[in-house]
Amino acid sequence: MPDAGLISVRTQDDRLTVAGRGAWTFDHADDLESAVDQTVHDYRTPKGVVEIDLAGVERMDTFGALLLERLKRAWTKAGVEPRVVGLSQRYTVLMAEIERTGHEPPPPVRRHEAVLERLGREMVHVGQDALALLNFVGATVTAFGRVMLRPHTFRFTSMVNQLDRVGFRAVPIILLITFLIGCILAQQGIFNFRRFGADIYVVDMVGVLVLRELGVLIVAIMIAGRSGSAYTAELGSMRMREEIDALRVMGFDPIEVLVVPRLMALIIALPLLTFLGSMAAIFGAGIVSWGYGGITPEVFLDRLKQAITLDQFKVGMYKAPFMAATIGIVACMEGMRVGGSAESLGEHTTASVVKAIFLVIVMDGVFAMFFAAIDM
Amino acid sequence: MDARVESQAPVKDAIIKVRDLVVGFGDKLILNHLNLNVYRGEILGFVGTSGGGKSVLTRTILGLVPKRSGTVEVFGENLDDLSEKERSALERRWGVLFQQGALFSSLTVRQNIQFPLRETLHLSQRLLDEIAYTKIEMVGLKCDVAEKLPSELSGGMIKRAALARSLALDPEILFLDEPTSGLDPIGAGDFDELIRTLQQTLGLTVFMVTHDLDSLHTVCDRIAALGDGKVIAEGTIETMMAATHPWLKQYFHGTRARAVQQSHG
Repeated sequence: MPDAGLISVRTQDDRLTVAGRGAWTFDHADDLESAVDQTVHDYRTPKGVVEIDLAGVERMDTFGALLLERLKRAWTKAGVEPRVVGLSQRYTVLMAEIERTGHEPPPPVRRHEAVLERLGREMVHVGQDALALLNFVGATVTAFGRVMLRPHTFRFTSMVNQLDRVGFRAVPIILLITFLIGCILAQQGIFNFRRFGADIYVVDMVGVLVLRELGVLIVAIMIAGRSGSAYTAELGSMRMREEIDALRVMGFDPIEVLVVPRLMALIIALPLLTFLGSMAAIFGAGIVSWGYGGITPEVFLDRLKQAITLDQFKVGMYKAPFMAATIGIVACMEGMRVGGSAESLGEHTTASVVKAIFLVIVMDGVFAMFFAAIDM
Repeated sequence: MDARVESQAPVKDAIIKVRDLVVGFGDKLILNHLNLNVYRGEILGFVGTSGGGKSVLTRTILGLVPKRSGTVEVFGENLDDLSEKERSALERRWGVLFQQGALFSSLTVRQNIQFPLRETLHLSQRLLDEIAYTKIEMVGLKCDVAEKLPSELSGGMIKRAALARSLALDPEILFLDEPTSGLDPIGAGDFDELIRTLQQTLGLTVFMVTHDLDSLHTVCDRIAALGDGKVIAEGTIETMMAATHPWLKQYFHGTRARAVQQSHG
């Protein structure tokens, strides 16, 4: 028997009476649905007259009306036309509307993807990604070329503004992080070198490591997270709000207006930040060497001069603009690919940071091989 | 016309009561001791100058903007006295159509409509789908938009889909923020008619912020006008036409108003 709270069924001779009671509203929709389904299940092919008596229904909304319609349709399909009585005047319009609409929903489109199919799609995706990157690099280089031919079209103000945001305002955090890394390097170096009485070589280690590799790498990773994500989110939300289309229809090339100044700002900012970061790291190392290792600043500086050459410094600095360009291009490209939804914005911002960091590290490896080959 | 008579016939029962409402930002007062009643079963059109605080009033009633003083009663309950639980139960009894639709951009239209249902009720997927498709058809959309994302819809379709979502839980009050803005005149006319039909079908009370003179003429039972932070006039369109306040005169007797008037005879 179905739940007697909302529906009760009576059979008398060849007459089936379904009586509704209570509130047929959304808060009872769950119970009502099981009651309706149970009734349909119990009396699948009723014989004789079927009557649905709704005099006891106090309130009804779309949910109730929809379930009533489901009950009616089930029996109509079985060949018995049920008669609805006692429906309050208030709900006739609603019922008529539900009769008009309320069709069975079309079967849901569910896509089953096999593992192999997914794999294939992903691979195609990777290929498309690489192609898109290449395309974007090309478009950016062309835009750069155009700007160089007509230098007055370069958006200097925009670049200075970006320089302030990605360069100047990043200084405190970059200094702090690299300072701490320098401290940690020196502490670990002294701690381990001391065992074989080679504390002084900590200066060599920190000097080479920071100037050649770590300074630029840490700063690049920080900037990919800090400014690359900002670029992607900015351009992405501009795309979502059709601002980029607006630029295009006004006859501007969005790459020239938005990407070139941002890229230039990064290419200028990153070497400067790398320099500051490396100095902060060496300063941190000096402080720890003095306090923890007893190496006085004079000794530290003297040793540093012997340990490092200008080449070590140059290697680090040469890499910086290339890394800046990589971060900037990946970030702007992802920004331009944002679709219409908030989810897509998040996805592309994540992709921007992950890809930029990955490429920065890969590039560092390639540079290491290159500089080894040219004996630098 | 029948509907208008019918909906005004019963004893006036104020479903929203705003008393002495003061809202301001910084040292600027937007609403200054405002009083307003919205009666059950009516469509109230709310007009006022741009930046005059129409949206602020709506958002204050909805609890999105803090008020300085005054009370807002909805369904006879003072919103300040409610516990969090009571308040969220009450919020389920109203639906809101935002100006830009505010559909969740990462969900399809069907998922958008089902979102409030899923969160509050335990329903079978079949019933959820039936409800979603019914609402989609009720607002005059085709079933094939159900699986589309908001970014794939036109402006008019977004409004309709957002309306379907605001109707998901069969609310008693429907707030509409400039429902016809951004629609072409035919689309706007259809939308007005849709609101009228839905209001009759579902027994809604509608609070509509609008600028559309056509809407004011065709669907609104009553109009309230906002000026200087207060309701400067309220009543039927005829009352508005007869009002002497300079802004109302300009609004209801300007060139555009005259054109509308002619078309409505």
